[in-house]
Amino acid sequence: METKELTCIGCPMGCQITVTMENGAVVSVAGNSCKIGDTYARKEVICPMRIVTSTVRVVNDPSDLKKDPVKVPVKTSADIPKSAIFDVMDVIHKTCAKAPVKIGDIIVENVANTGVNIIATKDYPGK
Amino acid sequence: MNSYDIVIVGGGPAGLAAASAARDAGCERILILERDRELGGILNQCIHNGFGLHTFKEELTGPEYAARFIDKVLEKHIEYKLNTMVMDIAPDKTVTAMNRTDGMFSIKAKAVILAMGCRERPRGALNIPGFRPAGIYSAGTAQRLVNIDGYMPGKRIVILGSGDIGLIMARRMTLEGAKVLCVAELMPYSGGLKRNIVQCLNDYDIPLLLSHTVVDIQGKERVEGVTIAKVDSSSKPIPGTEIHYDCDTLMLSTGLIPENELSRSAGIDINPVTSGPFVSENFETSIPGVFACGNVLHVHDLVDYVSEEAGRAGQSAAAYAAGHAKHTENADIRVKTGPGVRYTVPTTIDTVRMADKTIVRFRVTQVYKDQYINVYINGTRIQHKKKRIMAPGEMEQVILNKTQLAEYPNAELTIAIEPEQA
Repeated sequence: METKELTCIGCPMGCQITVTMENGAVVSVAGNSCKIGDTYARKEVICPMRIVTSTVRVVNDPSDLKKDPVKVPVKTSADIPKSAIFDVMDVIHKTCAKAPVKIGDIIVENVANTGVNIIATKDYPGK
Repeated sequence: MNSYDIVIVGGGPAGLAAASAARDAGCERILILERDRELGGILNQCIHNGFGLHTFKEELTGPEYAARFIDKVLEKHIEYKLNTMVMDIAPDKTVTAMNRTDGMFSIKAKAVILAMGCRERPRGALNIPGFRPAGIYSAGTAQRLVNIDGYMPGKRIVILGSGDIGLIMARRMTLEGAKVLCVAELMPYSGGLKRNIVQCLNDYDIPLLLSHTVVDIQGKERVEGVTIAKVDSSSKPIPGTEIHYDCDTLMLSTGLIPENELSRSAGIDINPVTSGPFVSENFETSIPGVFACGNVLHVHDLVDYVSEEAGRAGQSAAAYAAGHAKHTENADIRVKTGPGVRYTVPTTIDTVRMADKTIVRFRVTQVYKDQYINVYINGTRIQHKKKRIMAPGEMEQVILNKTQLAEYPNAELTIAIEPEQA
């Protein structure tokens, strides 16, 4: 039996959670105030997951990529393995979307083979 | 002169929620004045997730949270003016503003809602020695440069102050390819949320140096390095503990200050602790008909609380503009800070006018473990609640019932943090 101490990132309360493990499997979760904490703790000790947010370039005229690039905020539509964060960022840095963009639009499908999409988090109507 | 029922100064989260709630309360003529080129305020540059868990039961990014409230304002056909700077609010509620289309203009309002937000504490307020080279940014300025304008402020970065913006920027700069060398914090605890220490610093192995501060900035044209030293219990640097970092950028996340120039010149009484107006339970300031909400009132850590408070301010302003919600003389309860409480909002409660329940929000003075929040009226304890942990960076609250308070008109209510025995 071993125990791991975690701080929940599910909400601003930041509960201190104790996870008891045996042979790499979770035996019990204690200290959380809600279901989010339980889910977080079980994932965190096996495969930590994170939402990634960033910005992508959006252009009005794809024939001239250097002209008027605008930054539009994006996020992963679900959490991705922590170990894949920088692979996802590489794709985001190379991505250039075309205006107009609506909130919720898929900007990149299955980013870095995570099975998760990159979606826009703000409207950009274009010029 | 144009006239409106309610003029709202600021189109950020507070102004938007206040406008929407005032319309729902039946107010017809509402005008929002916003100095930026779009509605949404600071949320537009807060592209990270974590907003709206209380309000929408889901985790949104800043722009998504703003969009929910902007949509409400648009659906309700509430008028707004962008790129418009308010110059003056007179005590008779004449609002003077200017923009490029209308020039300078005045509006007569029945009620005014102050929703101007806050500003970052600048380097000049910190007494850090050294030259004034390029490469020193407040964290929020850097955030706007990266997230909206698309510029990188630097490559090797030291962050002073562990407020949430500093922590969020440590992660953001790392994701964008910069090296964040450390986050130094003067206090022995972080000013930011615990979740941000985990997901912004620990995830990327960025060290957090508590009880440390910047004692020197090197470089004349551009920052070339900073020196950080440990501080003693009175926040004085300890000689011999200096650590040097080669870096091109210093970011400051050293606190936010409510932006109350307009309130001060209008003659509104300002609480020296919060730097925001004193308000009663309906968010009315010392000038009848002028209300305040959001970060101009006191700096929040959760936008959900801003929206909720602003909604109540909007309702109060609508009631005032309609001629209701008059203040009842001699029905006030004065809210006092007891041991361990830095400030409260509100500072007075009208026991006749108040809704069935009223929330008093406050901050504690230091980190407390396993202590009690006690509420006293005229010395009698009416609430007693244990908290595992309380910290100055996280806002606390008590909920007061009208039926209970009505028994004590013209009384003194004290909130205190105390151990069990007290």
